[in-house]
Amino acid sequence: MNRKEEPKFDKKSIYSVVYIFLGLFVLIMGYYTYFMIFRSNDTINSTYNKRQEVLAQRVVRGEILSADGQILAKTVVDEDGSELREYPYNELFAHVVGRSSKGLSGLEETENIRLLTSNINPLGKFYNDLSSIKSPGNNIVTTMDTELQQVAFEALGDYRGSVVVMEPSTGKILAMVSKPSYDPNEIDALWTELVEDENSESPFLNRATQGLYPPGSTFKILTSLEYIRENPSYLDYEYDCDGSVDYDNMVIHCNHNKAHGKVDLKLSFAKSCNTSFATIGKSLDLDRFHTLCEDFQFNSNLPIGMANSASSFSLQKSESSVKEAMQTAIGQGKTLITPLLNGMIAATIANDGVMMKPYVVDHIESAEGNLIKKYSSQVNSTPMTVEEADNLTKMMREVVTNGTAKDLKDLKVKAAGKTGSADQNEGKAHAWFVGFAPYDNPEIAVSIIVESAGTGGDYAVPIAKEIFDAYFK
Amino acid sequence: MRLIIEITKYMMLILLGNYTYFSFRIFRYKNKQKQDHLYSLLTIIIFFLHFIGHFTLYIQIRNDKLILLYCSEVILFAIILLLYRAIYPKLSRLLLRNMLMLLAVGFIVLTRLSFDKAVRQVAIVAIAFFACLIVPYIIKSCPWLNRFGWIYGVSGIVLLLVVLIAGTTSHGATNWLNIAGISIQPSEFVKLLYVFCIAAMFHEGTDFKRVCAIAVMAGANVLILVMQKDLGGALIFFVTFIFMLFAATAKPLYLFAGLAMGCFGSFIAYSIFDHVRVRVMAWQNPLGFIENEGYQISQSLFAIGTGGWFGMGLNQGLPTSIPVVDSDFIFSAISEELGGFFALCIILIYINCFILAINIAIEQKNTFPRLLSLGFSVMFGFQIILSIGGVIKFIPSTGVTLPLISSGGSSVVSTVLMFMILQGIYMKGKTEKKDGLTETAATEMEVL
Repeated sequence: MNRKEEPKFDKKSIYSVVYIFLGLFVLIMGYYTYFMIFRSNDTINSTYNKRQEVLAQRVVRGEILSADGQILAKTVVDEDGSELREYPYNELFAHVVGRSSKGLSGLEETENIRLLTSNINPLGKFYNDLSSIKSPGNNIVTTMDTELQQVAFEALGDYRGSVVVMEPSTGKILAMVSKPSYDPNEIDALWTELVEDENSESPFLNRATQGLYPPGSTFKILTSLEYIRENPSYLDYEYDCDGSVDYDNMVIHCNHNKAHGKVDLKLSFAKSCNTSFATIGKSLDLDRFHTLCEDFQFNSNLPIGMANSASSFSLQKSESSVKEAMQTAIGQGKTLITPLLNGMIAATIANDGVMMKPYVVDHIESAEGNLIKKYSSQVNSTPMTVEEADNLTKMMREVVTNGTAKDLKDLKVKAAGKTGSADQNEGKAHAWFVGFAPYDNPEIAVSIIVESAGTGGDYAVPIAKEIFDAYFK
Repeated sequence: MRLIIEITKYMMLILLGNYTYFSFRIFRYKNKQKQDHLYSLLTIIIFFLHFIGHFTLYIQIRNDKLILLYCSEVILFAIILLLYRAIYPKLSRLLLRNMLMLLAVGFIVLTRLSFDKAVRQVAIVAIAFFACLIVPYIIKSCPWLNRFGWIYGVSGIVLLLVVLIAGTTSHGATNWLNIAGISIQPSEFVKLLYVFCIAAMFHEGTDFKRVCAIAVMAGANVLILVMQKDLGGALIFFVTFIFMLFAATAKPLYLFAGLAMGCFGSFIAYSIFDHVRVRVMAWQNPLGFIENEGYQISQSLFAIGTGGWFGMGLNQGLPTSIPVVDSDFIFSAISEELGGFFALCIILIYINCFILAINIAIEQKNTFPRLLSLGFSVMFGFQIILSIGGVIKFIPSTGVTLPLISSGGSSVVSTVLMFMILQGIYMKGKTEKKDGLTETAATEMEVL
C-alpha cells in the first residue's frame, strides 16, 4: 500500500478524456452510418467489386430501358429458375448496352452492381430473403431514344462507322451507333467468329468512343477558332485559291483540285478550301493551338463512364515542322479524334461555348419504379466564349446554305455543320459530318463518320439529313 | 438452407442488439438481485449467439472438426466464467462478459475466414486466460509495483530496439520477433510496460522537469515505432502519453500542446516517409488507386457496402477478397456478413468496455492505479478508433488490430492481460472503499 500523501485529485480532467473519446466514437459511428446511407451505392458499383456472383444468387438482374420506356435488356426467368438475358433490339444497342455473357461490356459492365442491387421495399425484400425468392434488381433508365437509334443505325447501312446524337444543352446521348455490330443474344454462338475477326472489322470496338480517326476538314472548326483568336481582324482575311498550294516539295490540293478563287474565312470554311486553311496553318502559334485543343479534351480521356480512347493532338512549336502544321490545320497530319469528341465539339458550339459532360444513364429506379438515383447534366468546361460560339455557328450555317452540306438546305429545320473527308493512305476517304439543328436554337447535335466511303458531303450528310428529319418530324 | 441462414442472421442481430442494450441498461440497476438476473441473461445471450453462429457455419461447411472446436470454445467460456467467479467474486462481471462476447464474435468470424487460424486463436485465448488468473491477485497484493518506473521504461525501449534490429517485416512494418518458431509482436506487450512506466513516473510527481523526462522516454518509444514503420503503434503510444499527461497534471495546455505536436509530427512523417504518403493517398481516393495502394481499402468498402445493414449472412459474402481480413480488416468481414447494425452493436460494446475501464480510473484514489487504468482505457479506446476508422475510410488505415476479435496471438494476449490488470485495480479499489474511504461505486456509475 502506498503510504505517501496523495495530492487531492480533480476528476474533471478524466471526465474530459471520457467526453473526447465518446465524441470520437460517435464520429466513427456517424461516419459509418453516413457511408452506409449515402456513399455505399456509388462505391460498390465498381467493376473491381467481385461480389456480383454473390449478389446474382439473390437478385434477378434488373432491366436496361430507353428514355422512351422500351426494354433494351431484360432477364427472363424460366419456370425451373434458369435465367436468360434478352436483348429485344438485337444488334441495335450492342455497344452501349453491352453484353453480360463472355465478359461484361457497356452498361452491363459499368452498371453491373446496380443491376444486381434490389431496392424494392424492405419488407418485400425481407420476405423474399426468408422464402429464398430472388428480388428483382434495379432498372437502369438510359437517355437513349430507340427511334433515333434505329434511324441512325439503318442510315449507316452496310458501312463501318459510327453515329452519335446528343443534346447540346445537357450532354444526354440520344443515339450511339457503331458498326459493324453484333447480336448480344447470340454471343455464345458467335463468339469464336467475332474474336477471330477475319476481316479485321473489330465488332467489339465501340467506334463512337474508342475509334480514332483523322478528323479531316471537320477539324477546320478548331483551326478557324484559333485563327480568330490570334487575329482580331479575321474578317479582313482574304485568300486567292488556285486549287493547290506548294510548300517544300509538298503539295496540298483542294477537293478535285477545284480552284475556289478569292475567299474570305467564312467562305474558305463553307467551301472547305484546303489551300486556304493550310496557309492559315503556316501562320498559327502552334503552342497556343496545342492549348486550345487540349481545352477541347484532346490528349485526355473523355468525361464519360464508358470505355473511351483519348483523342490526340501533337502539334508543338518546338517539335513540329511547318509542313506538319499545314497538314494538321486541314485535319490530316497526326491528329486523331473519336466520333464522340467531334460531336461534343459541335455540341459545345451549339451550347454557347459550354461543353457538357456526355452521359447515357438518366436515372436508376427500383423494380417498383421508385427513383433510386437521378443523374443530372454537368458542365465539363467552357472552352470558348459565347461570341466565338456564335461566330462558328454562323460559319457552320454557311456550310449548309452555301457550302459542302447543301443537301441539308431544304430541311424543315435550319441546320448548321461541317463536312470532312479524311484521306487514308489507301482506299476511299472517311466521310465526316458534325453539326446541329436548329442553328439558332439547337436541340440536337450529331457526329457521323462513314469509314472508307468517300466525301463527307456525299456519304455523311445524307445520314445527318435522315436523323434531322426523324427528330424534327 | 438459405432460409436457415437468413433466420440465423436476424437472430444473431437480435441477440447482439439485446446484449448491447442490457450491457448499458445494467449501469442503472442497483438492486443486487436484479443485477444477478441480468448477468445471467447476458451469459445466456453469449452462449446462444455463439451457438447460432457455429450452427450456421456447420450447416454450410459440414466439417465435423467444427463441432469439436465449438465444444472446446463452450468449455473454455464456461471454465473462464466459473474459475474467475470462484477466485475473484468481486471482479467486474460486465467487463468479463463483454470480453467473452467479443471473443465469441471473433471466434465465429475467424472460423468462417480460416479454420486453422480460429483453432490457434482459441488455444492462445485459453492459455492467456489461465496465465492471467494470477494477474488480478498480483495487482491487488503488490503495492510496490509503482516503484519501477524507469525499469518499465528502459526494458520497454530495449525490447523495441531488439525488434528494430532483429525483427522481421510483415505488411510493411518491422514489428515481429521470431523466437523458437513462434512469432510475436513485442510492441503489444511493450505498450503495457509503457503505461506502467508513465503511471509510475507521474506517481512520483508532476513537476515540469519530470514531465520533460517522461516526455523524452515516451518520445523515444514513439520514434522507435516510427522507425519500425509501425504507424498505428506509434500513434497509439503517442496519444496514450498525451492523455495520461493531461490526466496527471490536469493542465489542458499540455493536451493542446501535445495534440499540436502530434499534428506537426504527422505532417513531418507525411513529408519524409513514402509509406505514409501512400496510406494517405489510398485513403483520399481508394478507387483511384485500386490496382495497388487503394486495393485493400476499396475491397473493404465493397464488403461493407455490399453487405448493407443486415449483411449477406455467414459464409455468404466474399470477405476473403480483402487482404489481411482476419486481423486488421476483420471489422469489414463482420460488416459484410453480419451487417451494418451488427457492426454498430460491436462498436457500442467496445464503448461499453471503454466506459467500464475509465470508470475504474475515476474510482481510484491513488495516482498510480488511476493513471494506469486511465492509460489502458485510452490505449484501448484509441486502438479501436484507429482500427475501425481505418477500415471504413474515416481515417487513413494504420494497420491496427481490433482487440479481442482480430486473429493474432500477441494482440489478444496483451488485451486479456490488460483487462485482467484492470480487474485487479477494480477489485483493489472496491476493497479500499470498504476500508472506510468515501463514495460508492454505484454513485460513480451513475455519472456516466
